Amino acid sequence: MPATRPLPGPLALAFVAVLVGGAFAGLLAEAASDPSGAAGAFDAYLGRIVRFTLWQAALSTLLSVAPAILVARALSRHPSFPGRSLILGLFAVPLGLPAIVAALGVLALWGRAGLFAPLMAWLSGGDWPGIYGLAGILVAHVFFNLPLAARLLLEALEAVPLDHWRLSAQLGMGARASFRLIEWPAMRAALPGVAALVFMLCVTSFTIVLMLGGGPAATTLEVAIYQALRFDFDPARAVALTLVQVALTVAAVAAMARLGASPTGEASLALAPRRYDRPSPAGTALDAVLIAAAVLFVAGPMAATVVAGLEADLGRLATEARVRDAAATSLLLAAAAATLSAALSLALVAMRRRLETARSSSRAGLLARLLEWAAGNGALFVLVVPPTVIGAGWFILLLRAARASAAAPARVAAATAVRAMPFAARATRPAYDAAAARHDRLAAQLGIAGWARLRLIDWPVLRRPLFTALAFAMALSLGDLGVIALFGSESVRTLPYLLMERMGSYRTQDAAGLALMLGALCLALMAAANRLGRERA
Amino acid sequence: MSGTDVRLEDVRFSYGGGAEMRFDLAVPASAIVALMGPSGSGKSTLLNLVAGFETPSSGSVAIGGADVSALPPAQRPVSMVFQENNLFGHLDVAANVGLGRSPSLRLTPQDREDVLAALARVGLAGKEKRLPRELSGGERQRVALARVLVRDRPVLLLDEPFASLGPALRADMLDLLRDLHDERRMTVLIATHQPEDARAIAQTIVFLEEGRVAVTGPTGLFFGPDRPEAFARYVGGKAAGMPG
Repeated sequence: MPATRPLPGPLALAFVAVLVGGAFAGLLAEAASDPSGAAGAFDAYLGRIVRFTLWQAALSTLLSVAPAILVARALSRHPSFPGRSLILGLFAVPLGLPAIVAALGVLALWGRAGLFAPLMAWLSGGDWPGIYGLAGILVAHVFFNLPLAARLLLEALEAVPLDHWRLSAQLGMGARASFRLIEWPAMRAALPGVAALVFMLCVTSFTIVLMLGGGPAATTLEVAIYQALRFDFDPARAVALTLVQVALTVAAVAAMARLGASPTGEASLALAPRRYDRPSPAGTALDAVLIAAAVLFVAGPMAATVVAGLEADLGRLATEARVRDAAATSLLLAAAAATLSAALSLALVAMRRRLETARSSSRAGLLARLLEWAAGNGALFVLVVPPTVIGAGWFILLLRAARASAAAPARVAAATAVRAMPFAARATRPAYDAAAARHDRLAAQLGIAGWARLRLIDWPVLRRPLFTALAFAMALSLGDLGVIALFGSESVRTLPYLLMERMGSYRTQDAAGLALMLGALCLALMAAANRLGRERA
Repeated sequence: MSGTDVRLEDVRFSYGGGAEMRFDLAVPASAIVALMGPSGSGKSTLLNLVAGFETPSSGSVAIGGADVSALPPAQRPVSMVFQENNLFGHLDVAANVGLGRSPSLRLTPQDREDVLAALARVGLAGKEKRLPRELSGGERQRVALARVLVRDRPVLLLDEPFASLGPALRADMLDLLRDLHDERRMTVLIATHQPEDARAIAQTIVFLEEGRVAVTGPTGLFFGPDRPEAFARYVGGKAAGMPG
């Protein structure tokens, strides 16, 4: 193979390292100057926060994954019925929906002034305080993660070879035997990875907890870090909390790695394999109820968002200068972050693959192996570091340099880009590795390398996953609140930040309208990018 | 247990949007018939129609004189062996064979004994506890044949069962299949691309083209001087030991 020594991979790693390292440097420097807060952070309150963080994540995981098993099985048992692909499409929507929009949707249904408030007041025989605290957090987390888990488990079920369904039909397995012998083993293999992913997402959940939880009784570490910085301005305490958070997430990631299989998330559910069993009428009815319940649960907050949003004065909002500015800022930042994120992940994915191939063909040095590990897991690694911390670290670093507002947009873009990188990498890596395995030798033999290879060989194959990555990263950045919540100011204001402001000043209708706009924007982007990627593919 | 005859009468079938296939075929009880023909000619489809994995749009499939066209796969007197994926990866060899006796794996002591006997019969004694991934490709197909033995149905369908095995291994498997046929006398339909396979085991060759039975005849005819022209075109120069 030609000994090209491409730079993008190491550069991408260095970028991530500087970003994360700089953040920690900033926090540590600040903490060192006044360490009292750090020691003070380890109090009973911290214990309560840690317990709540783990408790809500565990409950959310259980409530998302257990029903998802039943829903995935129901969908798998009926590989073709009218509306099935629509339902799968619906289940993909929460992935692209900003957390802040979902939180508002949940409030529009179950909040004090929500659609169900009269019913709940009547049921509880008094005043309905609205769904805040643990219940609210759980509903929102399940809204996000039940469809995700159901899709991933369905993917596992649909990976069962067609011949196995044939065998099961020929051998005469009933519903129970095929669950025990085929469906459950297939799902069980995917279950640890799915549960770990959901748990991880819930442990690091920020926006949902900030909006629906809050209060000392329902605060997670991530929100406590934010509060320490934004309201108490106690960097030492933030550093201490961050260390606990990092330790917690490292433990979660380690458990995830031990449990095996990190789900690829690239579900290709377009074509369901045929099944040869014929569920009984009772079984079919039960499946229908299960699927309908899941659909209602997922569609409810979305419908409420639309209903509440349409009641707002959308015309006025759309022409308001602040809204326009915020939208423009959001789009610009998201586009920059998404491009950066896709480029970073592609560079890392390519480097990992190259190092892996090199390792199998020769004895690689320790450095090469370390680099390979970093490139492969760097993406996951970033999930360990809360975006709030990256934001906060740089905030303080620049504050010490007396330039707190310097290059704020660039910092927001960089921090969100890195935040979105794990998802971008997850979308590109399988396709890249598969393409590399197929083409590497041929390309080497024909001498196709460098730019020509990217253009002729890799781009056609990778275009679609890259667009998916781009769409993901962009939707994620558009809806992000974790970074902007710290950096946001008069000069840099994104749509989610504006939304928070309006909620803070009790302009609920405005907030609902903005949520509708933001949600629609994210979903439109997602759909457009999906289509772009699919063309000529 | 001995075989029963298999009869397809004016069976019509098409995959959504594809050209209509039409099969007429009569296989006498206990015969071994090789289905040959180019890819897409309908070999697998024909087997799937007999097994019940596909439903004809018209015509009838009869096994042992009884019309089975409306029966679900499990109720047909048929066992089928695929090219791969015959075994469940998380179940050990004995369990995979046991499924042939009870689809929910509720096995009596007698069943377990039969499973062990069947495994010994196909040359896998002592490997009951292995998982499929710990077996070679040939051994996995032997497990599939052991399951056929404990299932004990009068008709055996094989869809390119040995296509991913090397020549020596394939010859072994054909020998085993012939021995099992000598003992059980089941009716065998085997789809294959290899003329040697057909020549080694089948009395009759059914040659398919474009979703129809083009020629049916004794194996000798296909390897003699008067071989059908379409078959000659299909095998080209690749048939080992072909005269002329």
